[in-house]
This record gives sequence, structure tokens and C-alpha cells, in this order.
Amino acid sequence: MNEPPGFPSRRSFLKASAATVAFSGIAATAQAQTAEPPPPLEDYEPEYFTAEEWAFILAATARLIPSDGEGPGAIEARVPVFIDRQMVGDYGSADDWYMEGPHDAAADPLLGWQSPLPPAQVYREGIAAFDAWCESEHGGIFTELAPDAQDAALTSLQKGDVGLQPEIRDFFTILLQNTKEGYFADPMYGGNHGMQSWVYIGFPGARASFREWAGRHDTPYPLGPVSISGERA
Amino acid sequence: MAREEKKKDVVIVGLGWTGSIIGMELAQEGLEIVALERGEDRETVPDFKYPNMIDELRYGVRVKLMQPPALQTLTVRRSAAETALPYRVLGSFLPGRGVGGAGTHWNGLNWRPMPEEMGLRSYVTENWGEEIIPDDMLLGDYPVTYDELEPFFDRFERVAGISGQAGNINGRIVAGGNPFEGWRSRDYPMPPMPPTYDSTKFADAAQAMGYHPFPAPAGIASTAYVNEYGMQMGPCNFCGFCERFGCYQYSKSSPQTAILDALKRKPNFSYRTHAEVLRVELAEDGKTATGVTYYDESAQEEVFQPADIVVLASYQLNNVHLMLLSGIGQPYDPATGEGVTGKSYAYQMNGGISMFFKEDIFNPFVGHGSNGQVIDDFAINQIDFGAEGFIGGSYWRSGTFNGQPIRSMSLPAGTPSWGPDWKAAIKEWYGHAMSIGSHGSHMAYKTNHLDLDPTYRDRHGRPLMRMTFNWNPNDLRMNQFMKSKMEPLAESMTPDVMQSGFKDIGAQYDVRPYQTTHNTGGHIMSESPAEGVVNRYSQVWGQHNIFATGAGNFVQNTQYNPTGLVGGLAYWTADAIRSQYLSNPRPLV
Repeated sequence: MNEPPGFPSRRSFLKASAATVAFSGIAATAQAQTAEPPPPLEDYEPEYFTAEEWAFILAATARLIPSDGEGPGAIEARVPVFIDRQMVGDYGSADDWYMEGPHDAAADPLLGWQSPLPPAQVYREGIAAFDAWCESEHGGIFTELAPDAQDAALTSLQKGDVGLQPEIRDFFTILLQNTKEGYFADPMYGGNHGMQSWVYIGFPGARASFREWAGRHDTPYPLGPVSISGERA
Repeated sequence: MAREEKKKDVVIVGLGWTGSIIGMELAQEGLEIVALERGEDRETVPDFKYPNMIDELRYGVRVKLMQPPALQTLTVRRSAAETALPYRVLGSFLPGRGVGGAGTHWNGLNWRPMPEEMGLRSYVTENWGEEIIPDDMLLGDYPVTYDELEPFFDRFERVAGISGQAGNINGRIVAGGNPFEGWRSRDYPMPPMPPTYDSTKFADAAQAMGYHPFPAPAGIASTAYVNEYGMQMGPCNFCGFCERFGCYQYSKSSPQTAILDALKRKPNFSYRTHAEVLRVELAEDGKTATGVTYYDESAQEEVFQPADIVVLASYQLNNVHLMLLSGIGQPYDPATGEGVTGKSYAYQMNGGISMFFKEDIFNPFVGHGSNGQVIDDFAINQIDFGAEGFIGGSYWRSGTFNGQPIRSMSLPAGTPSWGPDWKAAIKEWYGHAMSIGSHGSHMAYKTNHLDLDPTYRDRHGRPLMRMTFNWNPNDLRMNQFMKSKMEPLAESMTPDVMQSGFKDIGAQYDVRPYQTTHNTGGHIMSESPAEGVVNRYSQVWGQHNIFATGAGNFVQNTQYNPTGLVGGLAYWTADAIRSQYLSNPRPLV
């Protein structure tokens, strides 16, 4: 987009600092994404999920943030790529968390995460258990169901009506949370492709400089987002 | 066999706000000082630099500046009848890690307590009598008064670089400031930050109801500023990344921006990172400390650091844990009321109202951590506790502090959490919501305390600390009182939708959602060794060469964010060491 008059472009600054940013190892990836369209999600080779699990992630996130209507859906934003990458990072393996036993996975939920399983394992066992439930209750695994039945199944999962074991009872909670993270996080993590979700809601991303706007009350901010690696939308 | 380092005059455990303050003040005396920091080094450049720091996922959600529970955590239970379970994933509170500690990622709200809060037990008994104090409440007076601390609050505000508008200079009420605050000897070092749209809407509505709005005191530079140590701050640009983030442009008050670069130039000061203190070592007679033993992460071995003075300047939870592990003070027993270490743990009682305006544009990403307008018309010194049936108070604030969409997507109640209606709602409401927060006091109780867990251990084999904590009816009543007063104000602003978020009577403590990192008490200041761990100078009663700083000293929490009192007490303690202790090491009381 063109810069409105009176607002100095940060393009020159970002260019000037490109060498610095490259050291962080994120610029090259993002620029490559901008240069040529990434492979369709069906052709993406997941780093963590099996083919069946990947199909589930595609189908489930597509219901959580659908493509219909205004704004990107989870698929256009490439949320599944984000989730896959999170699984092979320190989040998926719960590196920062205290995971020593003994565990009381059935403890009062107000006491927080008490599962012995890290998130990546909760996904693995959660998808399998949920698919088994879909099969018995809806006559097919999740990906085989019609959209309305998928929504009904996800609603049951969210309400705790699927009868998951305590170790994986937070499956829906982290699936939904990670979906929203992938929708809104900086594109360098694989989701929010093209910063579409930021454009959609009007969040300027990493611009992070608004001194004059504190005093411009009830006035829309005119500039589109920038990403950490310098992409613009 | 632990390796032994060369003896120092002073060893400081933790290099956050108070470790930096004590380090600087004692370095000026020419003492040989070493600070031990369990985390990594952190400097504005390169650790907080733009644009890397503007990363909501890494720092806001995955909280990468915080203490990983894998390395250190505690267990939590709501009552003695429950088995405490580990706080495995950070949620309710976020202890910091690394040089600068929690002072790097706070919001910058820098408050002094009210004079009445420093002598709260006396204030209550003089006005309403002992009988209004609930049996289970450990209501106390601080053994130091507001008047004594005033010069040290002033000193901290000048070092940290605080922006604000005084309301009471030497007893003279100043228009535009807080008319209910304690006296201050002079104005803030910087003028207040300009207000955003939401805060002016709130201030106008509050004014119309006869309340007294004023700008929030901010550890955020409104102008260029240089402090007494020669440290420079640059004016804030409202980037909206304060809480959970380091400041990339030297605008937010922090040990980094206010003290550390000057301190690191002192030849008699040094610090070691990845040095986790395991225990304080006591002399054979138990009456002094000989130094501390720490784990050297790079050498993978234990090291004994001898020193004449030990300063426990780590986070409140860690300070208490170290005391319990080292035999400093008798552990508190809620059954008998005896013992002091771990006693009077307190927290903060918050609530608020969200308001949605279809036509108003708030630009929620334009903000900073201490942004906004405040009223103190429901402060501790403005409420008739006898008539209302609780002891406490709160301040109310409205102002945008971050508009990051993963964590700050406020939607009207009833909006589905996913699907087409959620997707439509985020477009409809992002940028059209504002809120008013009530930040309330929290008292100390016999039941809420800290001790060692019988089951769970850390990576060094030490027992984890155990927190026994639940909400108490007194504070929940205070919160409900605020709701009843805030709702009419919010309604007067005629939002399209509004919703209250205040804990109900009977609410149980939930460790999952973030609440505040205002954990206090556990090594409280006291008039006598039977009541608390440290005396009025933050000197440990049992071992006169150990001093403990931070919010662990709080007798009960105030209605404000704790940093102003933490900073003031650190300067008060540094002054006592400099002016009284060094010339004649002894118990100062």
C-alpha cells in the first residue's frame, strides 16, 4: 500500500537494517514465502503429524476458523503449518514446563495442567481418541463427516462430552488456543500467512511506534501491518 | 566438595530491581560486591532490540522472559485438606528470570502506598475498633511509617524515572493529581504521559459523577531524562509492548535503563549469571551467615561464595524458598500460629468491566503498560470499613496497554469461541472495546502461607515450595463492593454492550488465567522476632548479616502495584546498611 502523505515510510529503515535482521535467521524464510507461493497445505510435508493426523488438523482448524465470509480462514492463514511447527518446538515437547511426577491428571482443572503428556502427545492421543468417538457416534472419523456433523462433534469435544481420559482432557483447549495463535502470531511462525488476519482486524503488527496517535482520538489508524521480518501488507 | 570462591564483602542473590539498587548503593561505599543471577544476562541491545522484541507469541504467550517451571516452580493447594500439585505451566503469576528480573517485563505502574496502608491495623482499630477485624486475618502495621519512607520513595522515583502528576505536595493539594495520596516532598521527575481516547472517556465520565481522575503514575518516560547515576531514558512511543516484554527504546523504567550500565562500570562490582543459589550457609552458632552456595551452570558444580553480608534480593517466592531451605527463621505453622517464615503470603484482588462501543475507534495497539486515567475515590482511606463489612480498597484505571490480538481479543459475552460467528465478531469488535480495571488490596490470613512440599523436588533435589492459598471472603466482599460502584459509572458511558468480570463470593483460586505477579509476604517486616522474619530495616532477626529485600517484606499487600514500595524499601535498607551497619555490624533493632 502507498504511505499517506505526512507519514514517513519505514521502508528505508527496514532496508537499512536488513543485514541485521538476516542474522536472526528469519528474514530469508519470510522473503522466500513472499517471492513464491508456498505449497498448498495438502502438499505440505508435516514435520510432526502423520498423514492422517495432518488431515485432521486441516479439517478441524477449517471448522474452528472457517474460510467462508469476510476475512481469511485458518486454511488461508496456514494455521495448520503453525501448529505442526509448534509440535516440533519446545512448546510441543513442554520443555519449559515442570513435568516431574507423580501426576494426578484428574485433579481439579483450576490447578492447571497436570497431565504427564506434553502437548504434542496430547494431540496424538487426542486425535485418535476423538476419531474413535466420531466413528462410534457419527459413523465415521472426523475427516469423513459433513461440516455440520464436524461442528457438532467439535462442540461435544469442547463441552467434555467425548469422554476423553484425564491425560488428554485439555486437547480441545490447546487445539483452539493454538489455532488462534497461528491465526494472529507473526508470520515467521508459519501461520497468519501474508498477515491476512492482521489486515482483517486492523492490527498493524510490528510497527510499534505510535507516539502521535495517543492524541488522535476516535480516528482510524491508516497504515497496514508490517511483520518482524519486514513484510508489508 | 563445593568449589570455593574468593571471599567478598557482599553477596547479592538476584540481580533485579532491589539487587541493582543495593549493589549500586553499597558499591558507592567501596565494598567488594558480587551478585549471583540464576538466569542469563539481559541488555536493551541486543536482548530487547526492535523488531525482534515485538513478538507476541514468543514473549506474550510463550513468556520466554519468565522463569521456566522446568527449572523452578512451586506446588499449589487451596487448603490444608488438599494435596498440593505443581504449578507446571505459568499462568496466574509470572516470575521473571535473568538480569533485571521482573523489572524488565513489568507494566511500569509505580505507586506509593497510602500512609494509612503502612499502619493499617492501627488505622482500622482507631476508627472502627478491633472487633471488625476477622479472626483469621493477620492484619498488621508495617514497622516503618510512610513519613520515614517518603525520602526513599522520592529517591526511587527519581532513579527509576517516573512520569506523573503530584496530587499532594507537602500537604498542599494540587489540581489534576490524586487528592487522596500521601504527601510527597516534590512532584514526579517527569510530567504525565498524554492520555489515549479510552482513558479520556473514562475520566470525563468519572468527573461527571463527582470523582477525581488523574493520570496513572508511570515508569514510562514521557520526556528525555537522565538520572543521578547518569542513565538516560528516551520518551515512550506507545508501541504497546510493555507487559511481558523488554523495552527496546530505553523508555520503560527497569534495572537496565536506570542502574545496570552504570553499576557494571564499577570496578568493585561483579556479577555471575547462570548461578542459582541453592542455600544460605550459616555459621556454626547460627547467628550469622558465612555466604551462599550456588550451582554454577557452566561448570555444572556447586560453588561456595563466602561473604560478610548476604542480601537476598531475588523474587519474593524464591527468597522465601531459600529461607525455608536454609533454616532462616522458624517455618510458620498455621495450626499453632507459631513460626514466621512463609507467614502472611498475600496476593492482589482485581476485577473490571469491559465496554463495547460500535462507533468508537480506540486503536488498541496504541498504548503502554501504565497508560490511563485513574480514580482513587474507593481507596483504602476513602471507605467506611465498619459500614461496608470489609477491610480494603482499590484504585480504578482505564487505558490501553496492549492491543496484541492473541491475548487481547475482548468480545461480548455470548460470542461463540470459534466458528463463523467468532470470526465475524473479531472484525466487528477489535478496536471498539475499552475497559475499567479495579486493582484491589489483599490482606494476609492465617491459612494462606508458604512451606516446603513433602513430595515434589526440583532439579537439584531440593523440595519445592508449597503455596496454600485461596480467596478469602473479606477480599471478595471488597471486590463485589467495587462492582456495585463501578457498574453505574460504566452504564453512564452508555456502551452498546458491557460486562462485568469480578470474582463472586465463594470463588476458588484458579492458577490458569494470568492475574498478577504481585506475590507478597512470606518474610514480613515486624516489630519483634516472634511476628516476622525481618526487622524494620529488612535485616533478618536471627542473623544480622542477612538482609532480605522485595515484596516478601510486605505485612499485607497494598491496593497498589508493589514496585514503588519495593523500591522505596530497598533504598531505606541500603541507607540503613550504609549509615548504621557497616561501621558496626550488629542487629540494628
